[in-house]
Amino acid sequence: MKAGFTWLLSGLALAVMQPAIAQGGNMSLPKTVEAGNAFSVQCSGNGKAALYLIGPEQVLRRDVQLGHATFFPAGSVYNAGHYLVVLIGDSSTESGSFDVIPARKPTDLSFLARPSRLPVGLHDGITGAVYVYDAYQNLITAPMQVSFELSNPSGAVQKRLVATRDGAAWTVMDSTAQQGTDKFVARIGEISSTRVVAQVPGDPCGLKMSAKQSGQGIELVTDPVRDCNGNAVPDGTIVTFTEAFSGGQSTVDVPLKRGIAQVQLADHNGATISVASGVVMGNQIRWKE
Amino acid sequence: MLRSSVVLCVVFAAISSIGHAQATVRVEPANLQGPRPMPEQTQTAVIRDYLQSWQSFSAAFEQNRTDLLDSDFTGTARDKLAQAIQQQAELGISTRYQDRAHDLQIVFYSPDGLSIELIDKVEYDVQVLEHGRVKTTQHLNSRYIIVITPAEVRWRVRVFQADPE
Repeated sequence: MKAGFTWLLSGLALAVMQPAIAQGGNMSLPKTVEAGNAFSVQCSGNGKAALYLIGPEQVLRRDVQLGHATFFPAGSVYNAGHYLVVLIGDSSTESGSFDVIPARKPTDLSFLARPSRLPVGLHDGITGAVYVYDAYQNLITAPMQVSFELSNPSGAVQKRLVATRDGAAWTVMDSTAQQGTDKFVARIGEISSTRVVAQVPGDPCGLKMSAKQSGQGIELVTDPVRDCNGNAVPDGTIVTFTEAFSGGQSTVDVPLKRGIAQVQLADHNGATISVASGVVMGNQIRWKE
Repeated sequence: MLRSSVVLCVVFAAISSIGHAQATVRVEPANLQGPRPMPEQTQTAVIRDYLQSWQSFSAAFEQNRTDLLDSDFTGTARDKLAQAIQQQAELGISTRYQDRAHDLQIVFYSPDGLSIELIDKVEYDVQVLEHGRVKTTQHLNSRYIIVITPAEVRWRVRVFQADPE
């Protein structure tokens, strides 16, 4: 109710002010100003007044001499937005508005790359998105070309050139075939932002074991375990050996050590021995029948 | 007599505007860039939280209280708005922002799902009050670029920037 009454009063005040504005002269405002640039506001008339620049992003006041230009030096208005200009004199109030647009030069990229760790050889596995800002943290909405570059230690590079739309750009990349630490760079001109993407070996591929007699038992040992791109699967990865024989079954989980897994199982004539790692099955051996 | 009629017209216009305190909202079909589809629930939540942010923005600027921004704004947007509130408080003024109409369109959903950009062609009134007295009222139309990011239980505005087309 109170707010409503204020709106009502303001409507009345505005109605009363209009003739005063017409008599009090007018303001000459720029239509747009680039963030951080100098500009001036010309207020015609005589006497003194207070000039307000009012926006949700920044508020300023200057005491002005009517009839003279009021100069706003570089760096005084730096937040992009729509500004209301209010000139309050002894007997009149005058209003106008102008826009402050982001500076043209980008100085900051907000770059988010996902994920930070993934298996090799994944199609469209890596995404990157950037928002482009000027020196005052205004989002630069004018289109700009962003270069995305994913490079791995072997020198392989994937490159994409993407235009920003409303200050944002994105891309997707494949993870490469070789394990290692890749650099994912987003760049506009001299400004760049780098993220690190760890590419780890994928699931074991072509898991193969061999068996031999060892005293009273069977010694099982895998070939060096690698993924489908030939990267060594890291030590610690669990390999499961299963021996099925008449009347029972035994299972042993063994971590990879120096790239291979080995274990000794009891000797059961006619047993079927299999090897697996996660969901990947290896070969099967029929023992001494 | 003529003068009374003019005053009555102004009063009627003012009362009419008070009667429409609830802003009208129009949501355009999303014009998404990005590989990620936008679930309807997410879109609903984003728009709900964004419109809510106008309420706290308006209250914060009217009362010169930066703490009212905390629930709906974060990062750069929060910092810039808080700075403007401090500046107007130091100058002895306050501003009353009343949104009248929103025409919203979601334009970007980042591949990681951690940010959404939308455009709001907003129609609003601004009242400037100096030491509690209304100095001017302006009706404005602006195109706002909004970047909104997820917080614990809601979406918060990270970029809140008027942008001339």
